Amino acid sequence: MDDQAKSMMDKLGLDARLLGMIGALVVIWLVFGFFTDWRFLSPRNFFNVSVQTASVAVMATGMVFVIVTRNIDLSVGSLLGFIGMTVAALQVQWLPSMLGLGHPMIWVIGVIAAILMGAVLGAMQGWVIGYLTVPAFIVTLGGFLIYRGAMWWVTKGQTQAPLDPVFRLLGGGAEGTLGETLSWVFGTIAALVAVGIMLMSRRRKATHGFTVKPVWAEGILMAMAAGLIIAFVWIMNSYPIPRGAMRRMTEARGIELTDGMVWNHGVAIPVVILLAVTIVMTIIATRTRFGRYVYATGGNPEAASLSGIDTRLLTVKVFALMGALTGIASIIASARLNAVDVGLGTLDELRVIAAAVIGGTALSGGAGTIYGAVIGALIMQSLQSGMASVGVDAPLQNIVVGFVLVFAVWVDIVYRRRAGV
Amino acid sequence: MTTPLVEMKDISISFGGIKAVDHVSVDLKPGEVVGLLGHNGAGKSTLIKILSGAYAMDTGEIRINGEKATINNPRDARTYNIETIYQTLALADNLDAASNLFLGRELVNAMGFVDDDAMEAETRKIMARLNPNFKKFKDPVSALSGGQRQSVAIARAVYFNARILIMDEPTAALGPHETQMVSELIQQLKAEGIGIFLISHDIHDVMELCDRASVMKNGKLVGTVDVADVTDDDLLGMIILGKKPGES
Repeated sequence: MDDQAKSMMDKLGLDARLLGMIGALVVIWLVFGFFTDWRFLSPRNFFNVSVQTASVAVMATGMVFVIVTRNIDLSVGSLLGFIGMTVAALQVQWLPSMLGLGHPMIWVIGVIAAILMGAVLGAMQGWVIGYLTVPAFIVTLGGFLIYRGAMWWVTKGQTQAPLDPVFRLLGGGAEGTLGETLSWVFGTIAALVAVGIMLMSRRRKATHGFTVKPVWAEGILMAMAAGLIIAFVWIMNSYPIPRGAMRRMTEARGIELTDGMVWNHGVAIPVVILLAVTIVMTIIATRTRFGRYVYATGGNPEAASLSGIDTRLLTVKVFALMGALTGIASIIASARLNAVDVGLGTLDELRVIAAAVIGGTALSGGAGTIYGAVIGALIMQSLQSGMASVGVDAPLQNIVVGFVLVFAVWVDIVYRRRAGV
Repeated sequence: MTTPLVEMKDISISFGGIKAVDHVSVDLKPGEVVGLLGHNGAGKSTLIKILSGAYAMDTGEIRINGEKATINNPRDARTYNIETIYQTLALADNLDAASNLFLGRELVNAMGFVDDDAMEAETRKIMARLNPNFKKFKDPVSALSGGQRQSVAIARAVYFNARILIMDEPTAALGPHETQMVSELIQQLKAEGIGIFLISHDIHDVMELCDRASVMKNGKLVGTVDVADVTDDDLLGMIILGKKPGES
């Protein structure tokens, strides 16, 4: 029976580590569900966890490349704060005085500025690491201090709020979602694309004469992928918008609010951003030369440069990408809070590194996946939200997360040793 | 007399005041195997890394087919069809055979995305020729045996139509059977008119496979001899004592 199950798993071709992480996630959800009278498994909580995960998960995808190339970035939390504060000041003070309050371009400029600022500062750090050969640990430790200090200088420590109303939608909330109908459209398209990609890959392999998975295995995988997407949309579409927010939204659209009227949230915009980032980063990692060079350099830097790869320029690009993703994460984090104070992003670098590492990224370099880092971020956030909802004190939460991090990496090391990779 | 495929003239390079290669000249003709001999630290690997683009020489000149060549990095060397099999093999252990074979020269599809399936198909073809027992196409090369890893490194050099092949201790990590395969491969490539620099510790290998041998000691060239004219002991004398045969 065991052999049969094992051969079935082989035919499905699912990675044992992925299954392990999903298993851990399900266990966490069930345990916290049990201790909260299943409140933890409510659509409302799933919606909140998905939004709270987005910012750290976006950065974790970039941290995978950083760690795969045998570097580390300790500055992302401070950089997130610095970008958040600058872009908030841009929206609250500088742009309104130039363009007028509520100008429709304010959020666009804010988004571009955040991403650009991250990319430039990241590239500068990458240049010092790659060309001046100062270790990444030191450079980004410097960045950690510099950006946190610079953040204060932007506004002399003053909290910036409220942010531009359109910009705010990028952080989620009742209005910051796709809404019910669009969520279904989005989910259907995503499911079709996922199935389409699997079909295309199968056909391409067949034309080269490679062995492909049995039809039933491929069918199960397609059903699972499409099912997960649809289930997620269905859960997000089962979380009704609270009465107060509905009054605000119906007024804004000129509709009369009646007693029986129920609107549901749908998929939050930060989650849509996270999905887009995850897909793009996965394509970069697996289907582009740049991605291939990132992994080759991590596996054997000398071999990479003997193959003609410019590993110094590669380091600049990896850190620029990390910075740009920090910019995106900063947009999500500041928009969600609708305010930026000097504490924004504190300790995020550790959450991001932990998410990447729990997701199977090896600190020795050369190994790590984008989806792993995203699931890692989801595990971290589920733990934290779960503990908060059963009333665990904040200091104890940190202690638990610390133990889980060490434990997860130990499990990963044992797994690697057994699998011989 | 045919134009040499490669002429390295008066090459010097130093690292922090130590002359690793000191005014050395060697050459290589089409279809010829030239052995590079010497102790560890004699400078043979350093000399050859200048040709493969890993190091930039301080002074000297490289001519390919009689024309002055500029080789500043491994990419330049590849444009002159110079391929290298390094002693360390220079494989990214975490990647599979196809990714290593095409590293730096990936096949891409019409949209510019890396085409793993096409690369695997090409790798299967060349491996069927070089090492028909090779089956582990999906595994990272860290999971391969020494001989299998060596065949990936050789496949990488042979696949891209090398004109000039540098082999740095190609048989150091191999068993007798695999060493035999490498010898046969060298004969075959030689017959195709490829010039080969063979770096080796093993005098026996050099006597069997090479046409000429250049011996280095302490960064300097001791001399270049026709293998047919010398004995094992003559070569040993050159390596150990730094004396050409006939000198006392």
